[in-house]
Amino acid sequence: MKNDELFGLLQVLYPDVSSTVAETGEIQWQVPTGIFLEVARTLKDDPRFAFDSLMCLSGLDLSKYPTAVKGEFVGELLACVYHLHSFEHGHEVCVSVTVPKDETASIPSVEPIWLVAGYFEREILDLYGIAFPGNHDPRRLMMPEDWIGHPLRKDYQYPSNYSTWELKREGQNFTSGPYA
Amino acid sequence: MSHEIQEQNDDLITINMGPHHPSTHGVLRLVIQTDGEMVKTCKPEIGYLHRSIEKIGENLEWYQFVPYTDRVDYVCSMNANLAYCLGVEALLNTKPETAVEIPLRADCIRVLFAELNRISSHLVGVGAAAMDMGAYTPFLHGITQREFINDIFEKTCGARLTYNYICIGGVMRDLHQGAEAEIRAFLDQLEPAMHSFNALITTNTIFRGRYAGVAPISREKAIAYGMVGPNLRASGVDWDLRRDRPYGIYPKLKFAVPVGGAYGGSKGVLGDCYDRYIVRLLEIVESIKICRQVLDMMPPPAEQADDPVGGYRVDVTKKLRTPPKGGIYTRVENPRGETGYYLVSDGSKMPYRLKIRTGSFTSLSIFETLVPGLMVSDVVALIGSLDIVLPEVDR
Amino acid sequence: MIEPNGSGSTLPGPTGPQVLFASVDEFLNWGRTNSLWFLQFATACCGIELMQTGCSRFDTDHLGMLPRSSPRAADVMIVAGTITHKMASRVRTLWEQMAEPRWVISMGSCANAGGPFSKYSYSVLNGIDKLIPVDVYVPGCPPRPEALIDGTEALKERIRKYQMFGIRDTEAIVIE
Repeated sequence: MKNDELFGLLQVLYPDVSSTVAETGEIQWQVPTGIFLEVARTLKDDPRFAFDSLMCLSGLDLSKYPTAVKGEFVGELLACVYHLHSFEHGHEVCVSVTVPKDETASIPSVEPIWLVAGYFEREILDLYGIAFPGNHDPRRLMMPEDWIGHPLRKDYQYPSNYSTWELKREGQNFTSGPYA
Repeated sequence: MSHEIQEQNDDLITINMGPHHPSTHGVLRLVIQTDGEMVKTCKPEIGYLHRSIEKIGENLEWYQFVPYTDRVDYVCSMNANLAYCLGVEALLNTKPETAVEIPLRADCIRVLFAELNRISSHLVGVGAAAMDMGAYTPFLHGITQREFINDIFEKTCGARLTYNYICIGGVMRDLHQGAEAEIRAFLDQLEPAMHSFNALITTNTIFRGRYAGVAPISREKAIAYGMVGPNLRASGVDWDLRRDRPYGIYPKLKFAVPVGGAYGGSKGVLGDCYDRYIVRLLEIVESIKICRQVLDMMPPPAEQADDPVGGYRVDVTKKLRTPPKGGIYTRVENPRGETGYYLVSDGSKMPYRLKIRTGSFTSLSIFETLVPGLMVSDVVALIGSLDIVLPEVDR
Repeated sequence: MIEPNGSGSTLPGPTGPQVLFASVDEFLNWGRTNSLWFLQFATACCGIELMQTGCSRFDTDHLGMLPRSSPRAADVMIVAGTITHKMASRVRTLWEQMAEPRWVISMGSCANAGGPFSKYSYSVLNGIDKLIPVDVYVPGCPPRPEALIDGTEALKERIRKYQMFGIRDTEAIVIE
């Protein structure tokens, strides 16, 4: 089925969802955080959708993303983008959930629905700082446990040292970049 | 981190298969709790090779990122380069002003080298898995064949491991003189070599005894845990991106897709370690067929580099300065599964977000659930059969 | 220099002098250079080149170099691959567990100085010589097997001059 037909079916069940089209032609379904868990369950269980595979779950920091107005950015927001695929019907869809970029950033975990989400969500927790209540193991995945900060955010400051050594190497004279 | 483990039953022994281990295919840490030889729980810890490649991508221009894609999966660098380049070209093709038309010869060279690299990657994967079982000889046979492929690549692009050859718009240089004859000669001697490789381990009683029936993954579980590539096909799911979501010149090629089928004899179960091994061996055979077809259909080289039939690269530097704004997700069949690139562009010459979704990442996410009930030596067999490389997991 | 004693105290026999004189250091160094067991510490891409150096074409086995998994059994530690901050303390622990005399070869750009990840990466240790003393630097990304063997030959030159009770040469060798 085509994307707009599927979206029409979803909007009948959940009127709050909206759809945006980017310049590249990518259609993203924007779902509010409050109803996201029910929407995800419907997308998996409803036989017309049957999205049984979560292909990719990525985090996104929208604070430096330009809007249509020159010089203006989207705002202090973090987003999670879910790419879903159905083995039965063959259709693919992209769902996006946006949260504000502060300590309360949290999205309900879809690990009970798509088991693969466990590791993806731990990575986003580590690198972006979005909490996923419901994940069976909410710990940092990539960085050491005593690392401070969330590195993939756009305003991340690189620390000058970790443990007993400095990050930069003496003799490395960078004229640009985070260590310059 | 070990606090929650200490709360449990004290009869269990906690073993650390630490980041430095000869059989973990990289820096993977497994904290295993065993009751004698039986494993009760296992927690993998990763991140020991997290080189922040995604953050580097946000600070470099589009075409400068290609060498880093080599390092994401160094065993099959050509496929990794191809995944990123196809992603960027798909992004550019969404608007007619920036659309890119790859020459036919460049497409053929890309697929040819990607399939040759698939052969060499599977040889390393299968050889390393056999080495973990204690059989050192198949590994040497595999690496001997891989060295022949390395020679072909080295004469064309200059490097043995991280090629940086497939670039946005085509390939960096045309094939070297006599490349086609060399590749044909190599393929002719590979088939009997695969027979001897097969005779060494496939029907070997010890190998079969250690692999058949170990850690089967059912079809539903494989899809739920996001397994991809040969691991998914070994569980019975007939899904190959080269056939079902084709790219490049794959629509014109004829090849079969091997699927698992409890090949392990009387103890074999669908989706066990033996199936994963057999699927990889059969994929090598299919790749040889694909390479021969591509060599037959490759057009001769033309004078101009951007000739639409015989050229090897089109110039995309101006188009990469102002790509279309928005996101795009493309996926490609790598030897380790599907590699997906989610590229978000803000219209400038640097990516805004570059997310790499690799097959080994999800192969490792299923690990925790498969291990309870196995013996410690089966854990080693399982890691070998899943063919995980850690830079794909950690990026 | 091990040389046969030409005068006097040789035993009679058809093949000539049968007693050789050497210092203990020379004798042990002869043993060490011809049987240099390396710690198989491979993290990333250079690890594959290390493996391919050990295989049939560029055999390290005929040079006497075997890969060992345990640091107690190894003479030289070939650090091949990128070291991250999370892994760095383990590198130091492994080096400390090696028994004296021990040497370190830093293989590849990442172990030398951070490699292609040195500028923009927040998690890569820019060179292992921040933590352990390095004897030979082998540059390359990844270095060719011939370059790595060149590095081990340069290390063997240093080992031949090693003295058990002397002052150790700590100047690093860089392979071109």
